[in-house]
Amino acid sequence: MLALEFPPVSHLIEWPDLLGSGPFAVNKVVLLMWLGGVLTFLFFYLGARKATTGLVPKGVQNVAEAVIDFVRNDVILQGIGPDGMRFLPFLVTVFTFVFVCNIFGIIPGIQMPVNARMAIPMFLALVVWVTYNVMGIAKQGVLSYFKNIIVPPGVPIALLPLIGLIEFISTIFVRPFALAVRLFANMLAGHLLLVTFAVLASALFSSTYVGAIFPGGLLIALTGFELLVAVLQAYIFVILTAVFIGGAMHPEH
Amino acid sequence: MIDFLAAQNAGELEAGLKTVGAGIVYGGAAIGPGVGIGIVVGNAITAMARQPEAAGMVRTTMFLGIAFTEALALFGFVLTFLLKG
Repeated sequence: MLALEFPPVSHLIEWPDLLGSGPFAVNKVVLLMWLGGVLTFLFFYLGARKATTGLVPKGVQNVAEAVIDFVRNDVILQGIGPDGMRFLPFLVTVFTFVFVCNIFGIIPGIQMPVNARMAIPMFLALVVWVTYNVMGIAKQGVLSYFKNIIVPPGVPIALLPLIGLIEFISTIFVRPFALAVRLFANMLAGHLLLVTFAVLASALFSSTYVGAIFPGGLLIALTGFELLVAVLQAYIFVILTAVFIGGAMHPEH
Repeated sequence: MIDFLAAQNAGELEAGLKTVGAGIVYGGAAIGPGVGIGIVVGNAITAMARQPEAAGMVRTTMFLGIAFTEALALFGFVLTFLLKG
């Protein structure tokens, strides 16, 4: 018989406390989150410190410049417009941090995506929520900002109460929630997928040896797929952030 | 006819029904977004094929559309785990 016991989800994402206890306890996920922050800092610090004055960058600087260029051209210019360049440091940092936190999910020996715990995506989404609301109020004024949310242009008067309510709830409440849940659920789903095939491969290996080839090969392929998901989710997180900020800055769009 | 209320292992029955419900929730939540993402990507491909020079802009908008549509499926995914407990 196959010893196929799928562990409950809480065993896969909850880690024992290493330091302290209660809400401020430090466990593996918290350590990885700190590591993600430190790696993000070091990446750009080294990239800037070793910056060459010549035309051709090399080493860390090359990668850092590629990331900044990507966020500049594919996120800010598409999502906000040329006047959103002051958000470049914010968006580059968020992109790199989310990507590093996602990529922990497929690094052998670590294999825990930090964003598979709701706290980190929720906090990032709250930062984004505060940013775009503050930007909208600063650019348009309080009354005009909320008027532009509730009264979208080109809506018939009869539909206005319904549309206005939906738009208001969607912009103020659903956006940050959906932003956080999208990142969280994608990373959790990827983690569970990898665990499923790892459990299957392990069970088949202990009973039949050769039977593990198929799920094991699929496990390796899915690890590659998770790399794609990690990049894509970081990209989607920052482009949605950029679109929200852009929408708050330019109400006519 | 089985009298479910008189079932001896009511706890097991409840856990089983919860699992069935969680499965139905995810299945139901995946239908709409599945169709929606198909429509979004299909139309994006049509647009890119007709006007390859606009591919960059279309791709950005396509990812946005996918992200918004996919959120509904992910709500169902999260709800599955909430139901299973």
